[in-house]
Amino acid sequence: MNSSLRLRAAIVSIALLAAFLGIWHLATRSTAPVATMSPEYAKLMGLTATQGKSAMPGPLDVGAKLWEHLKRPFYDNGPNDKGLGIQLAYSIARVGTGYLLAVLVAIPLGFLIGMSPLLSRALDPFIQVLKPISPLAWMPLALYTIKDSSISAIFVIFICSIWPMLLNTVFGVASVRKEWINVARTLEVGTIRRAFTVILPAAAPTILTGMRISIGIAWLVIVAAEMLVGGTGIGYFVWNEWNNLSITNVIIAILLIGIVGMLLDQILARFSRLVTFPE
Amino acid sequence: MSIFDNPFDPDRNLRAGCACGQHRSEQEHAQATALACEPVESEEQRYEGVVASAVMRAMFPQDVARRAFLKSVGASTALAALSQFFPLKSATEVFADTGTPEKKDLKVGFIPITCATPIIMAAPLGFYSKHGLNVEVVKTAGWAVIRDKTINKEYDAAHMLAPMPIAISLGLGANAIPFAVPAIENINGQGIVLATKHKDKRDPKDWKGLKFAVPFDYSMHNYLLRYYLAEHGLDPDTDVQLRSVPPPEMVANLRADNIDGFLAPDNVCQRAIYDGVGFMHLLSKEIWDGHPCCSFAASREFITTAPNSFAALTRAIVDATAYASKAENRKQIAEAIAPANYINAPVTVLEQVLTGTYADGLGGVKTDPKRVDFDPFPWQSFAVWMLTQMKRWGQIKGDVDYKAVAEQVYLATDTRKLMTEMGLTPPTSSYKSFAVMGKNFDPEKPQDYAASFKIRKQL
Repeated sequence: MNSSLRLRAAIVSIALLAAFLGIWHLATRSTAPVATMSPEYAKLMGLTATQGKSAMPGPLDVGAKLWEHLKRPFYDNGPNDKGLGIQLAYSIARVGTGYLLAVLVAIPLGFLIGMSPLLSRALDPFIQVLKPISPLAWMPLALYTIKDSSISAIFVIFICSIWPMLLNTVFGVASVRKEWINVARTLEVGTIRRAFTVILPAAAPTILTGMRISIGIAWLVIVAAEMLVGGTGIGYFVWNEWNNLSITNVIIAILLIGIVGMLLDQILARFSRLVTFPE
Repeated sequence: MSIFDNPFDPDRNLRAGCACGQHRSEQEHAQATALACEPVESEEQRYEGVVASAVMRAMFPQDVARRAFLKSVGASTALAALSQFFPLKSATEVFADTGTPEKKDLKVGFIPITCATPIIMAAPLGFYSKHGLNVEVVKTAGWAVIRDKTINKEYDAAHMLAPMPIAISLGLGANAIPFAVPAIENINGQGIVLATKHKDKRDPKDWKGLKFAVPFDYSMHNYLLRYYLAEHGLDPDTDVQLRSVPPPEMVANLRADNIDGFLAPDNVCQRAIYDGVGFMHLLSKEIWDGHPCCSFAASREFITTAPNSFAALTRAIVDATAYASKAENRKQIAEAIAPANYINAPVTVLEQVLTGTYADGLGGVKTDPKRVDFDPFPWQSFAVWMLTQMKRWGQIKGDVDYKAVAEQVYLATDTRKLMTEMGLTPPTSSYKSFAVMGKNFDPEKPQDYAASFKIRKQL
């Protein structure tokens, strides 16, 4: 029953994909030549103008280009032209650094805040104000104060991924069931031991959920941040190809950004499955 | 003909004439100050020429005697004779050997447009390495970013729009940080492109209510478009909409019908035509022939901390600019700067811009070899003109000392010295008057000029 459902779902997925590609292909087919032009004029013009080729590439163009990229993902033609593999690696490294820093700050801090009702109340207004700020709004401020664009990008990742983790940690720690804490207290467990053996496991699923939300946001933001600061990364790649009005490459980048984002999310989903417990 | 080509020409006068030596009289020189820095075949030859001139002058203090000597024995004999007892070759080498750069590995930012041609091509064609530098040219996302990165010292020098270093030095739109311009990148090289649907609206008087894009507030593009509209009776602040749009987005916006036209760098214009979304209404050359467009800029701090690096960098840029100014090199340059590492555009588009044979978007092929040209000399009168326009459109409030600012930012004197050392012939004056759409500009009277416009920002 279960396997047949999975099979049917897979069939529907493939059918949807095929339909999508088919419509895409039909919609971007070349139309008849728009106007007659002298051959020397036509030589100076692009295919869009001479053959009425759609400005939007079809799935076949994208596929061919994608294959070209996949064949040599790590080429390096100088500072402004590197393979997709290298660009993705740069982006992942930036996200990883900013995100890890955020984890190191948010979880201990969230723990402290969550365990103290006073701090939790006192800091709440600040967190509420800082949380909804678009991470890119920090960019000019970061560039101005840090005076280094690559560190600024990491800072932006840090600042955008810290809030969901912090809030979720606070919430998770604060809402550990009172009975468990009381039991620990009855057994005269010390504060530190209580934090690690009772509260941490109990709050872990909520904390992981926060981490999962954060990595999603971090990956969303890195593309925009790199488009802004340039240099390296998948966001820079998108910008560079946009500069050349190469929609084909932009579509490829979109596809890859989606796949990498999904992988990052899946990794954290696996972690979060490890720490969940049945009640 | 350049003074540095042949010091053994008996008919040439090595000392009299104008100061640059290229012309027979000061008058003739003044007429030709629309600078033609004709590059000679190679730098070695140029230096050799400079040194040989000096030696000849020392040996024959009397011009008459030198001429008589050259006439009687012939230039080649004279050269051979001279080389016998004076090692011209090694003297040339000593001359060309300038101070070692304090910093060899430099980063130079650029925006991927054809205006940056000398900065970009100097990398693949080896002009930086020739002057002992290891330069990484870094593509940058926009004018504000290039400004911030240069201020932050991530870049040692950068490609900027000609008015930007003035604006930064004055603290317009940024903290005031003294910047300097040792070389102009290109002259001309912009155009007004309109969406194809406006192909019957060629008279600017019909443009009321249209939306136009320019690359940046502090740009020649902005000032020229405003000037052009105002000359046709439209107030650019109220009669049309002007937006700052990054160049690559201009073509996409034109296709999407978000804007009706733009005044942009030529490669963007040509790209719009190439993709069949617009046509060339006017080259900026027709507004002001020989106008500056982009500049090569560095902070004062870099110049004082690394003067030799800065000089070497400027030499490389001037050298590249001289190379780019030759029509026969343009095809090769287009191929060198087209790849993704540099401008990242179809070669056909860049070739049309650089060679000047281009499709106009209306079915015709036009030729104008001076559509974009390259000329490094930073005329201070250019800076004064930009300041008058900043004043005119309300970017500068209050009074401004036009000449003081121009002289501080546009390093005409230093560049002249450097160009002379390199064997090029810079103009002797740092100011020249010119005409913009038929109206004369006198750099001596900027105040009157700025006040003379009827359409201007009302404060």
